[in-house]
Amino acid sequence: MDIPYTVEPRPDTGLYNGKLGIWLFLASEVMLFGALFSTLIVLRSAVDNWHQTPFNVPLATVNTFVLIGSSVTVVLAWANLRLNNFKKAKMFIWITFLCGVAFMGIKSYEYMEKFAHHIYPSTHNYYATYFTLTGLHGLHVLGGMIVFAYLLGPGAKMWETDPQRYTNRVEVTGLYWHFVDLVWIFLFPMLYLL
Amino acid sequence: MSGHSVEEIKKETAVYLAVFAGLAVLTGVTVGVSYLHLSPGPAIALALLIASIKGALVASFFMHLLNEKKLIYSVLILTVIFFVALMALPIASEVGATRF
Repeated sequence: MDIPYTVEPRPDTGLYNGKLGIWLFLASEVMLFGALFSTLIVLRSAVDNWHQTPFNVPLATVNTFVLIGSSVTVVLAWANLRLNNFKKAKMFIWITFLCGVAFMGIKSYEYMEKFAHHIYPSTHNYYATYFTLTGLHGLHVLGGMIVFAYLLGPGAKMWETDPQRYTNRVEVTGLYWHFVDLVWIFLFPMLYLL
Repeated sequence: MSGHSVEEIKKETAVYLAVFAGLAVLTGVTVGVSYLHLSPGPAIALALLIASIKGALVASFFMHLLNEKKLIYSVLILTVIFFVALMALPIASEVGATRF
């Protein structure tokens, strides 16, 4: 089945379908995370004893650099596909994926440390909001990693059969990944620094 | 491939790396500001300002929003309006609320 406008832009929107689709999806994600941010603000303002044991700022700072770095590598992957350099693009997608692994690894360590000190979401709203926001964000990172794994694995065959469509898939996945990075850019100061 | 010359794509790559450097510096600034131990109001305002600048850099350059089509801008303007409402309404309902 030939799906139209996966490569050529639609005459009415000026975009290929995937690009409009991903932006509409990201708009819905803004509402999802926005609702949780709003909840954090309301819960936090309601009590005087908000802060409990501080979170690990150096580790979270490393995670911030990891995610920002992965945003650069995914856009460099797309740039290299446009230069017809599949080998280099694949390397950058691999680096992006491994940055995701590093991020989830550091997050898992943070969670394990909390559980080892008997700190759970139910302990205090301070932790409940932390686990909810970072947990949902972590699931989004995992989702992105699954897509990158597909693009590196069975999905890579499309570069041979339809390179422009493959390039568009990498661009669209990159847009999703940048959004995940954007959410962390706000999560990091709100949870760890304020 | 997609209608851009090799030179243009290489220039874009240089921009991506410059934006990354800017984001790294701003991350350092974010952490540094937290050590100033400002009072909550200014601390929150400054942290969100820096985060917004970082977010704007990611959206403008990595997500190519600077050169996007009008339809995407329309979708995002609608999103911003609803996002502001989503943030403002719960907070507004809590302001001056009596706690028992």
